[in-house]
Amino acid sequence: MEIDLKERVSYTLQINDRTYAVEDVEPRLLLADVLRDFLGLTGTHLGCEHGACGACTVLADGRPIRSCLTLGVGAKGLALQTVEGLAPNDGPLSRLQDAFWEEHGLQCGFCTSGMLMTATFFLREHPKPSRKEIREALSGNLCRCTGYQNIVNAIERSAQDLGENYS
Amino acid sequence: MNARQRRIEDPALLRGNIPFVADLHFAGMLEAVVVRSIYAHAMLDVVNVQPALESPGVKTVVTAMDLPSACGPIPMRLSPSSELEAALQYPLARDRVRFVGEPIAVIVAGSRYEAEDARPGVEVRYRPLTATTNVRQAMKNPVLFDTLDSNQVYQHRQYHRLVESKEPDPTLRQLHLSFSIQRHTAMPLETRGLVAVPEDGRITVYGATKVLHFNRRVLAGFLGLDVTAVRLVEVAVGGGFGVRGEFYPEDYLIPWLALRLQRPVRWIEDRLEHLQAANHSRQQEHEVDVSYDDTGRIYHLHDEIIVDTGAYIRTHGVTVPELTQGMLPGPYRWQEVDTQLRVVLTNKTPTGTYRGPGRFEGTFVRERVMDAIASTLHLDPLTVRQKNLLTVDTLPFSHGMQALGEEIVWDSGDYPLALAQAAHLMAKEEFPRRRAAASARGRRRGLGFAMFVEKSGLGPWEDCRVAVDADGRFTCWTGLSTLGQGTMTALTRILAETWGVSASQIRIVHGDTDQVPESHGTFASRATVMGGSAAFYSARTLKSRLQALAAPLLEAHPEDVILTDRGAEVTGVPTVAVSYKDLVEESVRQALPLDVTERFSASAMTYPYGVHGCELEVCPNTGMIQIVRYGVVYDVGRAVDRDLVKDQIVGGVAQGIGGALLEELAYDEQGQLVTGTLMDYLLPGFCDVPEIAVMITEVAPATSNPLGIKGAGEGGAVGVAPAIANALADALNAPPEAFTTLPLRPQDILRWSRMDQLPGKGAKR
Amino acid sequence: MKPPRFQYWAPGSLAEALEGLWQLEDQGYTTKLLAGGQSLMPVLNMRLSAPDVIVDLNHLAPELSTVQEVSETLHIGAMTRHYQLESHPVLGARAPIIAEAERYIGHVAIRSRGTIGGSLVHADPSAELPLVLALLQGTVTLQSRESIREVSAQDFFVTYLTTAITSTEILTAITLPTLPPGSGQSLEEVASRPGDFAIVAAAAQVTLDSDEAIHAVRLALGGVSSVPLDVSGSIAFLVGEIPTAQLWIECTQSLADLVEPDSDVHADSAYRKDLTVALSRRALTHAWQRARQGASLGSIGNKGGEG
Ligand SMILES: Cc1cc2nc3c(=O)[nH]c(=O)nc-3n(C[C@H](O)[C@H](O)[C@H](O)COP(=O)(O)OP(=O)(O)OC[C@H]3O[C@@H](n4cnc5c(N)ncnc54)[C@H](O)[C@@H]3O)c2cc1C
Ligand code: FES
Ligand code: FES
Repeated sequence: MEIDLKERVSYTLQINDRTYAVEDVEPRLLLADVLRDFLGLTGTHLGCEHGACGACTVLADGRPIRSCLTLGVGAKGLALQTVEGLAPNDGPLSRLQDAFWEEHGLQCGFCTSGMLMTATFFLREHPKPSRKEIREALSGNLCRCTGYQNIVNAIERSAQDLGENYS
Repeated sequence: MNARQRRIEDPALLRGNIPFVADLHFAGMLEAVVVRSIYAHAMLDVVNVQPALESPGVKTVVTAMDLPSACGPIPMRLSPSSELEAALQYPLARDRVRFVGEPIAVIVAGSRYEAEDARPGVEVRYRPLTATTNVRQAMKNPVLFDTLDSNQVYQHRQYHRLVESKEPDPTLRQLHLSFSIQRHTAMPLETRGLVAVPEDGRITVYGATKVLHFNRRVLAGFLGLDVTAVRLVEVAVGGGFGVRGEFYPEDYLIPWLALRLQRPVRWIEDRLEHLQAANHSRQQEHEVDVSYDDTGRIYHLHDEIIVDTGAYIRTHGVTVPELTQGMLPGPYRWQEVDTQLRVVLTNKTPTGTYRGPGRFEGTFVRERVMDAIASTLHLDPLTVRQKNLLTVDTLPFSHGMQALGEEIVWDSGDYPLALAQAAHLMAKEEFPRRRAAASARGRRRGLGFAMFVEKSGLGPWEDCRVAVDADGRFTCWTGLSTLGQGTMTALTRILAETWGVSASQIRIVHGDTDQVPESHGTFASRATVMGGSAAFYSARTLKSRLQALAAPLLEAHPEDVILTDRGAEVTGVPTVAVSYKDLVEESVRQALPLDVTERFSASAMTYPYGVHGCELEVCPNTGMIQIVRYGVVYDVGRAVDRDLVKDQIVGGVAQGIGGALLEELAYDEQGQLVTGTLMDYLLPGFCDVPEIAVMITEVAPATSNPLGIKGAGEGGAVGVAPAIANALADALNAPPEAFTTLPLRPQDILRWSRMDQLPGKGAKR
Repeated sequence: MKPPRFQYWAPGSLAEALEGLWQLEDQGYTTKLLAGGQSLMPVLNMRLSAPDVIVDLNHLAPELSTVQEVSETLHIGAMTRHYQLESHPVLGARAPIIAEAERYIGHVAIRSRGTIGGSLVHADPSAELPLVLALLQGTVTLQSRESIREVSAQDFFVTYLTTAITSTEILTAITLPTLPPGSGQSLEEVASRPGDFAIVAAAAQVTLDSDEAIHAVRLALGGVSSVPLDVSGSIAFLVGEIPTAQLWIECTQSLADLVEPDSDVHADSAYRKDLTVALSRRALTHAWQRARQGASLGSIGNKGGEG
C-alpha cells in the first residue's frame, strides 16, 4: 500500500456558504490561521491557542468548535460558519448581534465573535433558555470585560425576540 | 433615562470587521518571535544564533549584542525615582537573566510558524544562579543587581497622627493580623501585539494604546529619531486593565527591527508569553496591628507592607505599592496611621498596574480588619463601620498620606449613606431568615460587606480639539484611548449634550499621534474625567463661537441661539435658521475659527467611593461556595452615562472574583511559573460570576471638574475580595485570623468550616 | 504557539490506517494519531510533541462511531464524539453514567470534537471517561495490523498520561457492561470551575437484590492517583447489607487513608482526601437512591434522573 504522506496540501473549505480554495499550504496550519491569514476572515480571534478561551469558536456543521484546535486541512468537508456569516455583506445585524448591541453585551469586543457563534448554536437547540442554561452553555467562552451579565441579557433578549416574532 | 444608549463602538466589533492588531496585514510583512529565558536566574554564557539563522524562512536573529547603544533600559513613566534606576530592564538581556520569560533574542521570519521553528536554533548556555522566589528569602539571598546593596530596592514610611494622642492607652484592644495577596494580573483576552511599518524614514507602530505620546517619546529616543518621525496608532484593543500599553521590550525591538530590515514586522504575543512576560501584579504581604476600644471605635492602624515586585522595575516604578500605602486608611477616621512599605526584588516576572492597583490589596486588608474587629467584639460589622466612617461634614479630609505625587484628600461623599444603601440593596434585614433556611438545607450562609474609596482623574491636564465644517459635521480629536470601556461613546455623549446635536453628527478621532499632538493617555480612571472635561470645555467654546456668529444673523441674543443638526436657530423659533455653511463663511469673514482646542487641568484627583455586598453559601462537605447575591453601591459623582458606569462595575466585580477565588500566578522554588496556561491560570467564566446588582448614585459630585464626574474604572474590582472573605467568615463563624490569604480556596474554606461545627454559636446579628 | 512541521496522512479506512501505521513504524517514522484533537492540538501548539507524521483518524469516524448493545455489553466505537455520547438513547438507558460524566467534560465546543477513544488514550487521571471505564471494569480493543487485543481498564492505564497502547495500535472500541437490573450509577466531582478537569471525581454503581440488600457495589476515584483508581475492594464488605444513609457515611470515612494524592496549586493532598470521602459518599448515596427508584419502577435501569 502506498502511504500518501503530505508535506503540503491543497483543499477547499465551505465557509458562510461560499467555497474557498486553500492552495499548497503546510498541513500544520490551524484552521484559525487559515481563516485569518489566508482568507482574510479576521473576525475569528485567537486568545489562547490552547482551547481554553473560546475566542476562536466557529461553527462546523452547525456545532461550535475551536478553530485553534482544528487543522485547516481537517476542516475540509465541514460546513463552516464564522462571525462574518452572521450579517453578510454589511447587511443588517442579526437578531443576536443586535441584542448584544442593545444590551451592551460587549466591551472590547475581542471575545464577541466566539460568543456569538456559541450562542447561535445554543439558541437553535434551546429557543427558550433560562439564564442558568445560558451560562452553562456558554461556559467555554471567556470574557474579561463584561462580567458576563450583559451577554446573558443579550442572549435572553434575542431568545425573547425570537419567541415574539414566531409566536 | 430608560432606553440604554447603544455604544458607537459596537457595530463594527459585532461584525468582526474592525481590525485588532493581529488582523493587520501589510505587503512584505515579516513575523517576529521572542526567545525567552527558561531559567529564573542565570548568567548567559554564550548565545549562538547561527543554527537559527539557517532555519528556513528566517531573515534575522538579534541579541543584546546587536542593539545600538542608544537603547538604554526602559524608563519609568510614573513617579520616577533615582534609587530604582539600577533595577530597570533592558529590552534584551545582556549577560544575566532574572526571570523566566525574559527576552534574550528575537527571530524574524516569513511567518510565525517559521520563526517558532527556528527557536531551538538559538542556543543559549546558561550558568544557573540561585533563584529568589519569595520576599523573606530575598532579604537574605544574594542581590539580583550587583549595583544594589539589597534586594529590598525601596522603602518608604508614612506616619501621620491626627490629634495630639496621649500615651498609648492600655485599655485599648489590640489585634494583629497577617495578610497575603497572591500574584495575579489583568489577563486581557487579547494578548499584546505590534505591527511596525517603516516608510520614508518614518516608522508607524500599530497596536499602541493607553499612553501613546509617552511611548512615542521613549521609542524615538531609543531609535535616535525625532518624535515627528515616529507615529503610534491605536487600532481595536482587546482589553487593557492596566497591563497593556506600557512600554515593554518589544515596543522597542519590533520597530527597531522593522527599520533595520526595512520591512513591516508583526509581533503577536502568544498566551504563554503573556503569562510569563506581561506585567504581573498584586503580590503583597501585610503585617497589620490595629487598636480599638470596646465600643468598636478605631484608633491606630499600623501596617508593614512587603511587596514582591519581581525581577525589574518597570514603567510604573513603585506606583502600585505607594497607592496601597497612600489609600490604606479608607473612608474611616484613624487617629494614627503608620505604614512601612518595603519593595523587594525576586526572580519573577516584573510587576505593574492592574485595575484598582494597590487598592485591591489595601482594601482587602482594611475591610477584612474591620470585620475582624467587629467579630472580636461580637458587634455587627456595619455598626463598627458606621461608628468610624468620615461623615459629610468632615469632608474634605486627609490623613496626610501621599500617592502619585499628591496628598490624598477625600474630596466629597456621604459614606454612611452609601453603607446604608448597601445594606438595603442586599436586603440585610431579612438575612437571618435566609440564613436559617439555608441551615435547614445543610448549607452555611453568610453576608459580608466591604467599603472602598477610589481615585480618579489623575492630572496634570488633557487637551481636546473640536471643529465643525460647512456640512454641520463635528469632529473631535482626543488623545484618549479606548480599550473597551466605551470612552468614545461617553465623549460623544458629552459633546452631543453640550451642543444639542445628534451623536451621528459627531466623529471622534483618537489613538493616532499624527492627529493629536499631546496627551497623557488613558489610565487610572482618568479618561472621562480629564478627557471628558477637556471635551466639555472645547465644546462649550465652540458653541459660544457659533452662537456669537449666529446671533446677529438671527437678530437674537447669543444665549437664545441653539444648535441643531442643520444649523443655528433661536429657541422656540425653528422656522428661521442659519446653516453651518453660512456660519463657516461668517467665521472666515470674522476670523473667528470654528476649530477650538481647550485644555483641562486638574491639580488634585477626585475620589469616588462605594460598598460591595456579598451573600454566599458554603457546602460544608466540599468547601465549595456559591455566591447567591452580589451588590455594589457606587457613587460616581455625576454619570455621563449610567449604563457605561454599570458596565465597568460589573466587569470589575468579575475580575475581583477571579482575584479573590481563582487566579494565581504561582511559582515553584526554581522560579518556574507553574500556572502558565489558561487551563491553570483560572479566569472566571460564566458560571463563576453571579448576577450583580449595581446601584449607581450621584450624591457627591466632584468639585474639581466642570461635569462633576468621578471615574468608574476600578471600583468594581477593589471591594470583592474582602466582601467575599467577610461573608465567608460570617457564614462559618470564623475567627479574626481566618480568610486573610488570597485566593480563598475551597480547601481553606473547608478547614475553617470544620473548626466551627456549631451553627448558631456566638450569633452576631 | 503554532504546531511544529509534520507530514500529514488521512487514511480512509481502519484497514488502511493499520497497514500504514505498521509501515511507518517500519520506516522509522514517529507518528501521532489525531482524533478530536482536543488534547493533542494544545500539545502540538505548545510544541511539547513533534511527531514526524500526523495520522488523522477523522475519516474513520463513520466506521468507528457506532454504538451497539450485544447481550449485556455495549460496544462503543472509539471515534464516537462526546456530544454523541451525551445524548445517545441506548447509552442513556444502558449506561446512564456516561451521559452524567459528559456533563462534566469541558464545554460544548470541546464536546463537538473530542472522542471517547482520545479521552481514554490521553489518560488524564482526572478525566471522567477513564474513570467510568475503571468503575465498570470495561475493556478497550487495541488493534494493529498483526493483532487485536482486549485490555482491561486495570491493565490499560499505566500511569499519568500513559497507557498500554503501542505505536502501531489504534484503539477501536470500548466495551462496557450494561447496567445490571436493580442498579444505579452516579458520578460526582469537584472542579475549580465547571468544565475543568476534576480535582477529585468519584463514580459509583450500586446493585440491590430483591429485598433491597446490596448485591454488588463498585466505586472508583479520579484525581487522587496517577491512574483512575478502582477502590471497590475496600467496600466489598457491604455486600448483603441493607443500606441506610448512615451506612454510606460510615463506609466512606476510611477512604481518606486509602489514597495518597499529590498536592498542586489547585488543591493540596489533604483536601483531595476530604473530597474523596465527601464525593464517594455522594456518589454511593445517589447510586443507591437510583437503584431503589429503578427497582421500584420495576425497570432495569433509569435515565439518571436526579434523586
Ligand atoms: C478546554 C478543555 C477542557 C477540557 N475539559 C475536559 C474535562 O473536563 N474532562 C475530560 O475528560 N476531558 C477534558 N478535555 C479533553 C477532551 O475531553 C479531549 O477531547 C480528550 O481528552 C481527547 O480526545 P480527542 O478525541 O480530542 O483526542 P486527541 O486530542 O485527538 O488525542 C489525544 C491522544 O489520544 C491519542 N488517540 C486519539 N484517538 C486514538 C485512538 N482511537 N487510538 C489510539 N490513540 C488515539 C492521540 O494520539 C493523542 O495522543 C478538555 C479539553 C479542553 C481543550
Ligand atoms: S484561541 Fe482557541 S480557545 Fe482560545
Ligand atoms: S468584551 Fe472584552 S473580552 Fe469580552
